[in-house]
Amino acid sequence: MSASTDSTTGRRPTGLPSASDEQLRAHRAGFFDTPSPAAGTGYQDPQPRMGFFTDTSVCIGCKACEVACKEWNMVPATGEMDLTGTSYDNSSMLGGSTWRHVAFVEQPVPQRAPVGLGMPGVGASSAPTSRSSSGGGCGSGGGGCGSGGGSPSGAGSLPSAADLGDLDVLSSLEQTATDEGGLPAASAGAGEQGPSGSPEGVRWLMSSDVCKHCTNAACLDVCPTGSLFRTEFGTVVVQDDICNGCGYCIPACPYGVIGKRESTGRAHKCTLCYDRLGEGMTPACAQACPTESIQFGPVDELRERAADRLAALQAKGEPKAQLYGHDPDDGVGGDGAMFLLLDDPEVYGLPPDPVVTTRDLPDMWKKAALAAGTMFGVLVLSFAGGRR
Amino acid sequence: MAEAHPVGFQWVMEAKAKGATIIHVDPRFTRTSAVADLHVPIRAGSDIAFLGGLVNHVLSGGHEFREYVVAYTNAATLVSEDFRDTEDLAGLFSGYDEQSRTYDPASWQYSGGPVPAASGQRDPQQAAGEPQGGSSDSADEGSAGPGGADALSTGDVPEGQERDETLQHPRSVFQLLKRHFSRYTPEMVQETCGISPEQLAAVADALVRNSGRERTSSIAYAVGWTHHTVGAQIIRTAAILQTLLGNVGRPGGGILALRGHASIQGSTDIPTLFNNLPGYLPMPFARDGLDLDSYVEQDTARTGFWGNSRAYLVSMLKSWWGDAATAENDFCFDHLPRLTGDHGTYQTVLDQVAGKVPGYFVVGENPAVGSANARLQRLGLANSEWVVVRDLQMIETATFWKDGPEIETGELRTEDVGTEVFFLPAANHVEKDGTFTNTQRLLQWHHKAVEPPGDARSELWFYFHLGRILREKLAGSTDPRDRPLLDLTWDYSTEGPQAEPSAEEVLREISGTGPDDAALPGYTALKDDGSTRCGCWIYSGAYADEVNQTARRRPGWEQDLTAAEWGWAWPANRRVLYNRASADPQGRPWSERKKLVWWDEDAGRWTGDDVPDFEATKRPDYVPAEGATGPDAIAGTDPFIMQTDGKAWLFAPSGVADGPMPSHYEPTESPIGNPVYPEVTYSPTRQDFDLPGNRRNPARTAVYPFVFTTYRLTEHHTAGGMSRTLPYLSELQPEMFCEVSPELARLRGLEHMGWATITSGRSAIEARVMVTERLRPLRVGGQVVHQVGLPWHWGSNGLTTGDAANELVEIALDSNTHIQDKVGTCDIEPGRRPRGAALVEHVAATRRRAGLPDDRDVPAAQGGAQLAGAGGASGPRSAAPAEPVHLLTSSDDDQGAPA
Repeated sequence: MSASTDSTTGRRPTGLPSASDEQLRAHRAGFFDTPSPAAGTGYQDPQPRMGFFTDTSVCIGCKACEVACKEWNMVPATGEMDLTGTSYDNSSMLGGSTWRHVAFVEQPVPQRAPVGLGMPGVGASSAPTSRSSSGGGCGSGGGGCGSGGGSPSGAGSLPSAADLGDLDVLSSLEQTATDEGGLPAASAGAGEQGPSGSPEGVRWLMSSDVCKHCTNAACLDVCPTGSLFRTEFGTVVVQDDICNGCGYCIPACPYGVIGKRESTGRAHKCTLCYDRLGEGMTPACAQACPTESIQFGPVDELRERAADRLAALQAKGEPKAQLYGHDPDDGVGGDGAMFLLLDDPEVYGLPPDPVVTTRDLPDMWKKAALAAGTMFGVLVLSFAGGRR
Repeated sequence: MAEAHPVGFQWVMEAKAKGATIIHVDPRFTRTSAVADLHVPIRAGSDIAFLGGLVNHVLSGGHEFREYVVAYTNAATLVSEDFRDTEDLAGLFSGYDEQSRTYDPASWQYSGGPVPAASGQRDPQQAAGEPQGGSSDSADEGSAGPGGADALSTGDVPEGQERDETLQHPRSVFQLLKRHFSRYTPEMVQETCGISPEQLAAVADALVRNSGRERTSSIAYAVGWTHHTVGAQIIRTAAILQTLLGNVGRPGGGILALRGHASIQGSTDIPTLFNNLPGYLPMPFARDGLDLDSYVEQDTARTGFWGNSRAYLVSMLKSWWGDAATAENDFCFDHLPRLTGDHGTYQTVLDQVAGKVPGYFVVGENPAVGSANARLQRLGLANSEWVVVRDLQMIETATFWKDGPEIETGELRTEDVGTEVFFLPAANHVEKDGTFTNTQRLLQWHHKAVEPPGDARSELWFYFHLGRILREKLAGSTDPRDRPLLDLTWDYSTEGPQAEPSAEEVLREISGTGPDDAALPGYTALKDDGSTRCGCWIYSGAYADEVNQTARRRPGWEQDLTAAEWGWAWPANRRVLYNRASADPQGRPWSERKKLVWWDEDAGRWTGDDVPDFEATKRPDYVPAEGATGPDAIAGTDPFIMQTDGKAWLFAPSGVADGPMPSHYEPTESPIGNPVYPEVTYSPTRQDFDLPGNRRNPARTAVYPFVFTTYRLTEHHTAGGMSRTLPYLSELQPEMFCEVSPELARLRGLEHMGWATITSGRSAIEARVMVTERLRPLRVGGQVVHQVGLPWHWGSNGLTTGDAANELVEIALDSNTHIQDKVGTCDIEPGRRPRGAALVEHVAATRRRAGLPDDRDVPAAQGGAQLAGAGGASGPRSAAPAEPVHLLTSSDDDQGAPA
């Protein structure tokens, strides 16, 4: 393996950043857009802040990240063997024993017109188009499209939506169910969703969720034992030999990431593979991801990459493509794990406007201090007054 | 592909990132559909009609890559005047014999005379209506061999084939093809597949625009495509389409068979198939007087690179039998086993049920869950004297006798099952050295990382020591039948505490050695005089220069795009087969953008970025002399060097059992008639078996009104032995379910996450209901067809258990490959299935309503006489004599991957 190779992924280093010594040194030398949260934690020589960029537009929902995470971190199976019925998602949510979670969202969408596949000469647009405007798809290739027996045919010979849509599926099949000798037959009537050629299509969104490793991490703020700490990479880690299981961190997390594991009674969550980072290795989930949906690297670099990818998708006509967790000015000061989503965050089960739950603590303490001071003052005054 | 092959799918995503258009054709909307540019839902089993519609689009619109087609295919060749198409004979080709349900391909020949198929069985007995040889396993196979499949042998390559390079002659292959596919109009495709003309046009336009000198497209299929009674012809239709578009032998083109799991390609190259020898040499048939010379004469081709098959076979015989193999004794040719009929998996299982197979090896396969008609599989096992199961886990095939479904129903009682089951734990791939050969013919070495636990041992260990012990027991025997075993070179060195044989030594033996015992450079060095030894000619060179070429791992970014130093691809480390076709007839690249190999006039040789798949110094203007044989008979413009005429066969005059051109026939069970050929519903040559326990649901019956198809989920592996036993995977897909559309759910009163009972003529299973828009009813044959999607991973053992989808599947086979059809008809009702004897009654009652025999009686665990006597196969099958031992290997079965 060459020196420039990421020895843990075997991938071309330019494809994915890794925490190789070279890169770390380069980042250590400066060029931060934002100071690493590690710097504020008292590290004398903080590493560049490392994180994830999860590009959900290329996620294929294989869940290799979930399994690789459990394998490496020795996270036990949840013990729950429930078929949830939520599409192909049976791990449901992040928790003490699920540090990566792939959500599956089945969405009805206007079916994409069967034209404009981005082929040379056809045009790059793949924007959803209503079917009524797609009747001429065949014609774009000129005559002879789909012709039978050599006769030229164009859009004119293709059936219109009306020819296809009027299928009363229910009544035709009730006939099947009741009439043993008969066959299901298409009968005209008020159509539901039509069979093939339906104006409605479906899309399947998949997204691998993980701890956000917030810039302002509430879990860290509330932990009374020091079990949760900020690493030199700017990530947030629970030390499970110190955790006393108080559970304060669980409601503190604005994303519902951290959870208590029944078998240990302690809180657990993604460590961003702290042990692997220390060895210059890529976290297990990112290494296992076959499509590079999960990318690992210095957060500053990932932000740039995310912005580029968003621009590319928007240019291709993904109207709702958006970044999530990339903004240092958001309610948690930006995340160490950011996402490119194809729809609003709520669709994926992510809070649209997360706020660090300890945001108001200083203010509250100030007010409490003021109140206490006032009380004390009143007390003092009242005693002072009593002497008179 | 993303669903069943997520790791390989990374390359599709990389292509997409570079601008490729991804089109996904599948009955269900999968993880692949989710990221594809276009998903085209299709009725399960109607693939030929869809592909035929694309072929028709290309031919009728003049979209073929004309120069490529004229020069490199048999489009210009004239076919015999005796040939009659399905257009003439209402859905049948000429040569059909209704009695034997076989074709005599005599009338399909070129008008210049008959030509032999490039590969597979070419024994004359078979063409004469003898039982078709069958494949052994339910795994995919036959899809990636260098040539065709079974059938005819004839003598000579026709001299002076008649050709019409204008492609206008009515008997030219091109015109025959055009006429044959003219029936596959967009309207016909819609009627048959449920695909709208707009969807078809979108796909057709995309393919046409992406072909020619500058561009290529590739087709990737998972082996679900082969799991049809017309599986081989589906692949052929894809091949015709790709050849017409000039997408074969060129970078970015081709057809990729995504094999079912690791090294299934390897298990066809060095086959676990009963009818092949290593390197796709045909297994000889038992017939009087067959010797090496007559085998080579009759079973292999004379021209093209199969013309050297004597060298390949003799080197293999020398590799097996070493010094015992001499020119005087035909190099021990008589030591090779002989075929007497179909000894494939399914025929063997039926023979088991009939009490004709005493012993059975099941290696890395779980037929009690993973093979069609799982109940008959278990009844077959129950009717054997002994069964050896080698697997990583205690799979259902090893425990059927104590907790199989038939124990629950009372059809079998443990105390009555006389089968002695030997379970031998196996080492997994990180616990042993060896190679994987996958889709792209790439051999990649894997190193042992840890010792196997407990008694687990590698296959290599098992077979080496089994052979060693057998030879020790037979030592001194003078019985001639023991000679093949005793004469074997069985001298591998062993290492470690378990006496593990050296896998590298085996690879070196397969790769081959010369007279000085030095490693051979490749198959062109093989001799037919016994001076070379080579276990598998297509793998020759895998150990060239005494280096394990398969263990090379130079990263891609340190190489060019071909990455020739990553692993080793057969043959001769070529990454693109038939890559002579990447250059024009004069030897120039078709385009700068798509150049791969080309003729270097100054150097007087072929050169390029890949190893040229052509004789290095054969000039593009080389014309073979009359009567030339072997490679010398291939012209300088003929890229398809394994074919006897060097051309890609758009029309197959021999080698295919069910027709020279593909035609759509319905799956073995269908709710509709055949819209394309109304007179012929099913494949006329399919193998089916009208036996108790394997009744076919009647056509167009309201008792079984819905289509079911089986497939995989990402989270589980084939029949589940490697996934249902693991907690991390089991929790991700914890329960058997079926996928239905909202329309079907309403129709049958199915509730999301409720239970459903799915019943076919074979059995009934239960599954949780997943109602999803991802499945949609289709309108075909003038009616609405609902499809029920069934993952086939579950069985009764492991951490997550459930009914096996294969309980429902009929044993009905493709006549070329003897692979089952995964599509059938069923009924679906809300609620859990009946338990115990009530299940048998439920299935029988449903059968009765459909007019099928009751068949409640189960063959006794011993004897099986009821089944044997109850009826014979209606399809072509042999009354093969009892075979002492059948080997069922090939790791796992491949059923159920999406098409």
